[in-house]
Amino acid sequence: MSENTQTTATPQKYELPISGEQFRDETAAAYSPKLGKKRKRQIIVNKVDDGDTVPEILANTRTAPGILTMRGCAYAGCKGVVLGPTRDILQITHGPIGCGFYSWLTRRNKTRPKTLDDPNYMTYAMSTDLQEDEVVFGGEKKLMAAIDEAVALFHPKAIGIFATCPVGLIGDDVHAVARAAEEKYPGINIFGFSCEGYKGVSQSAGHHIANNKVFTDVVGQLDAVKEGKYRLNMLGEYNIGGDAFELERIAEACGLTLHSTFSGNSVYDEFASAHTADLNVVMCHRSINYLAEMMEAKYGIPWFKVNLVGADATAKSFRKMAAFFGDSELIERTEAVIEAEMVEVEKVRSEIRPRCEGKTAMIFVGGSRAHHYQDLLREIGVITISAGYEFAHRDDYEGRKVLPTITVDADSRNIEELKVTADETRYHPRITAEDKAKREAGGFTFSDYRGMMPEMPAGTLVIDDANHFEIEKLIEYYHPDLICAGIKEKYVVQKQGIPMKQLHSYDYMGPFAGFKGAVNFYREIDRLLNCNVFKFAKAPWDESPELTATYNN
Amino acid sequence: MLLRHTPTGLSERKALTINPAKTCQPIGAMYAALGLRNCMPHSHGSQGCCAYHRSSLTRHYNDPIMSTTSSFSEGSSVFGGQANILESFTNIFSLYNPDIIAVNTTCLSEVIGDDLVQIIKKAAEDKKIPEGKTVIHANTPSFKGSHVTGYANMAAAMVKYFAKNTGKCNGKITLIPSFIEPSDMSEMKHIASEMGIKYIMYPDTSGVVNGPMDGHFRMYPKGGCPKESVVASGDSKAAIAIGRFGAMSATRLLDTQCKVPVHAVDLPIGITATDIFVDMLRKIAGVSVPESIRLERGQLVDVLCDMCQYTYGKKVSLLGDPDILLPMVQFCKDAGMEVLHVLTGTPPGKVKLEERIRELYGDKVIVKAGLLCDMFMFQQLVQENKPDLIMGNTYCKYMCRDLDIPLLRIGFPIYDRIGQSYVPMVGYRGGMHLLLKILNIFMDRQDRDAEEENVELIM
Repeated sequence: MSENTQTTATPQKYELPISGEQFRDETAAAYSPKLGKKRKRQIIVNKVDDGDTVPEILANTRTAPGILTMRGCAYAGCKGVVLGPTRDILQITHGPIGCGFYSWLTRRNKTRPKTLDDPNYMTYAMSTDLQEDEVVFGGEKKLMAAIDEAVALFHPKAIGIFATCPVGLIGDDVHAVARAAEEKYPGINIFGFSCEGYKGVSQSAGHHIANNKVFTDVVGQLDAVKEGKYRLNMLGEYNIGGDAFELERIAEACGLTLHSTFSGNSVYDEFASAHTADLNVVMCHRSINYLAEMMEAKYGIPWFKVNLVGADATAKSFRKMAAFFGDSELIERTEAVIEAEMVEVEKVRSEIRPRCEGKTAMIFVGGSRAHHYQDLLREIGVITISAGYEFAHRDDYEGRKVLPTITVDADSRNIEELKVTADETRYHPRITAEDKAKREAGGFTFSDYRGMMPEMPAGTLVIDDANHFEIEKLIEYYHPDLICAGIKEKYVVQKQGIPMKQLHSYDYMGPFAGFKGAVNFYREIDRLLNCNVFKFAKAPWDESPELTATYNN
Repeated sequence: MLLRHTPTGLSERKALTINPAKTCQPIGAMYAALGLRNCMPHSHGSQGCCAYHRSSLTRHYNDPIMSTTSSFSEGSSVFGGQANILESFTNIFSLYNPDIIAVNTTCLSEVIGDDLVQIIKKAAEDKKIPEGKTVIHANTPSFKGSHVTGYANMAAAMVKYFAKNTGKCNGKITLIPSFIEPSDMSEMKHIASEMGIKYIMYPDTSGVVNGPMDGHFRMYPKGGCPKESVVASGDSKAAIAIGRFGAMSATRLLDTQCKVPVHAVDLPIGITATDIFVDMLRKIAGVSVPESIRLERGQLVDVLCDMCQYTYGKKVSLLGDPDILLPMVQFCKDAGMEVLHVLTGTPPGKVKLEERIRELYGDKVIVKAGLLCDMFMFQQLVQENKPDLIMGNTYCKYMCRDLDIPLLRIGFPIYDRIGQSYVPMVGYRGGMHLLLKILNIFMDRQDRDAEEENVELIM
C-alpha cells in the first residue's frame, strides 16, 4: 500500500479556541455543587503521556435524575442490542406492552435468511402484554401459556424470555418458567434474561446480562464445526444498516471463514457452535468483551480487538486476522483484497477530502462508536474535538490496563460476574502460551483494548454520559461543523443549523463498516457538510431586519 | 416474505400478543404534556421508558421531543422513587426552567406504589417547586389501557390541576382533542376561528412538534396551550371532547369539577364527522357557518362526487386507534367503500366501537378491539379476505409488501413517511387531503395493473 493512504495518524495535540478546562468549570458551575463536582470527573481534557497513560475518567455511573439524558435501560441493552439481531431465537418480552413495542425493528439490524423456509422472527414483536390482575397475582402462568402458543405457532429451536421492570418487582421468575418450559419441550432451548430496566445505570448492564446467558445457555450446545481453514467469530457487530454483510463479503474474499457474528445476521446454530472457532475478534468492546473473555477461559479461544469502521482501520484489522493465522497464502490474499478495495476508497476519499478538511466534529454515542468513527472522519480530514460514550466504562476510555483499578459500585455489583473455568473436554488453547508470549513480544496484542483516549489528541474534550445541557454548551463554545449522536439529539442539533449524523441508526443508510461502508460514509459526510440546505434557516429579510424607506417627493 | 410465519385464518391465543396494535400509556401522556406551553414532560421510572418514548415520538415527528426521567436505579425500585423525583425537580427547574413539569408514572413506579400526590405536596412544602411553577401528574400504568388511555389521563390531569370555575363564564368553548396530529389540532382551531368562535384548546401540540427550522433550538417551542388558558377553561361556556377515547376523561372532569356543560363528538375526519362537529360548534356558540367553511366543504364534496367511481366498492381494512377508526370508517362509507376489518389494540371500554361500526356495515364487517387484538390477528384476517387498501401505521408496511396491498399511513406511529404533522386529515380540508391520497393510491394501482390497451390518459 502506498504511503499516502496512511491518512489516519492522530495529531498529538489540538488546541480548542476556548480551553477545555474553562468549558468544564463553567458548565459544571450550572449544576448543584454535588452534581457539578461529579460532572467534573466526567468531563476530561485529554492528555496522553508515555505508555498510553491518560487522565482518569468517571464512567458507568448513575445519571442524575431529571437530567435530559441519552441513556436507555438494561432491557434495551439486552433485548434491543445483543439478542435482537438474531433471527431464529424467538424472543418474548415478559411485561406490559411498551417495551416489546419500542424494541420492534427500530434498531435496523438487517438479516438475510438463506431460503424462504428459513425462520425469521425479527419482524415479529412478541409480548405477554401483562395486565393489572397479572401484575397483582403474578404473570408466570401467562408467560408459560405464551410459550405454549409461540411453540405451537412458530416451532422455534430456541426461545429467549426478557424480563421488564415490573416482572422483577412482582417476583415472576423467568428462569423457573424457562426451565419448566424446557422440560415440556425438550427439543427447544429456552432461556430467560433478568434484564429489568432498572438494573445498572444504562444499557450496559443489559449487555452483560445478555452475554452471561448466551454463554451459559447457548454457546457450546452444538459441537458442529464449520468447514474452513481459518475460522473465527466476530463479536459485537450488530449489522446495523448492513455492516455485517459488508464484513462478511470482505472476510470471504480474504479466505476467512466467519463462523458466527454476535449477533448481526446470525442464527442460533452459529451461536451454539461458536466455541469450535479458533479466534474471536471483538468490534464493540463494551457490549461483548465479557463473552470473549469467558470463551477464552472455557474453550481456549484467544481474542483481540478490531476496528472495522474506516477503510484504514478495516485494512489494519484484516491484516491482523491474517497475521494471527500466519498462513502466507492468507496474508497474500488479504493484501490483494485490501489493494483492490482501496482503489475505490482512495478515489472517493481524494475527491471528498478537500471539501471536508479541517472541519470539526463531536461524537457522543455508544460504547465503541464514539471511538471507531473518529478514524473514519479523520480519513477525510474531519477532526473530532470532543467525544464521549453514552454507556461505556473506564476501560473503553482509558484502555483495559485500568481494569484492575476500576471500583465496582452498588449499581454494578448486582450484575452477575460469572466464574468461568476451562471446559473438561473441550478446552484447547488455539495457540500455546509460549507462542502467545512470543507474538506479544513482537507487538501483537491479545485480549486488549487500548481505549479511546490514547487515540485522541491532547487538549480535546472527553465527556462521559454527555447530556443535553452540555451539548448545548459545546455548540455555544465551539460551533462544531458536525455532531454525531442518536435520534433524541438529532433535531435538537439540526434546528440550530448544524448537521447531525445518527450513529445508532445511521439515518437509515449504510453500511458504514468495511471498505464499501467507508465510501458510503465519506459521501454521507460530504453531503452533510456541503449540501448547504441549512443556509435557508435565515430568510433574506432576517439579514437586515431594520426597515428603510425612501420618499419620492 | 417478511412475515413468513403468519398462517391464514385466526389462531387461538390467550396469552401471546404478536405485533401489537397499541403501545403503553406513558407515551400518550408524554405527547399530551407536550401540548402545554413551557412544559417539561417527566417520566417517573427507569431511563429506558423515557428513552423509548422520546425516540418513538422523535421518529414520528422528526422534531426535538424533550422529556426528563427519574432515572430509577435498583435501589429506587426497592425503596421508592421519591428521592429521585425530588432531585429531578431541582435539576429540571434549575437547568431547564419550565413553567410546568408534567409527570407521568410508569409500570415500575406504579408497582412500587409511589404516591405522586403526596410527593408533589412534599416537594411544594420543601420549596422544591419555585414560586409560580407547577408540577402536575397523571397515573399512567402501562399494564392498563393503551397509549390513548395515557393521553386521556394526562389531558384529565391538566383539568384536575388547573381548571378553575370563578363563577364568571368567559363565553369560550373548550376543545379537547384526542391523540391526533398537531396539523389536525391546527385545523380544528382554523374551523373554530373561521366561525368566529372564541376557543381554548388543550392539549395542543401544534407549533411544538411541527416547529419551523430557523436556526434556533427552543426547549419550549412557541406552541402549546398556556397554563392560564387551561385555568380559564373552567369558566368556559361549554367543552367538547373531540374523540371520546382520548378526550372524555378530561371533559368529564370539567363537568364535575367546574360544572362546564360538556359534549362529545368523533374526530372530524371525513364529511359526516366534520358536519357533525361544525354543526355542534354552530349550535353551542350560536353562530352561523361562514362562507369560507361552506367553500371548503363544497370543494371536498365536489371531488368526491367527481371521482367516487375510483372509491366505490373498494374494500378496505383499517388498523389504529378507536378515535381515528370510528370517523374513518364513516368516511369510507361516505365514499362508497366497503370496510372488511377494523382492529385496535386499545380496549373499547364503555365506548360502543363495535356497535357503531355495525350500524354502518352490518354483520359483514369484522371488528376486533382490546387484548390480543394485534397486527398478527389483523394479518390473518387480511390474508383470508384481501382488501384493496389497508389503512394503518408504519408497521403495516411489512404485511402490505408481502401481500401486495397498498397502505395509507394513518395514526401512530408513522416512522417512514413525512407530512402527517403538517398536513391535516380532519376538517373539510383534511378530508380533501385524505381523499386525494386514497384516490391517488387507487388510480396509481389502476395505472400499474391495467392491460396496456386499457391505460387511460384521462381519469
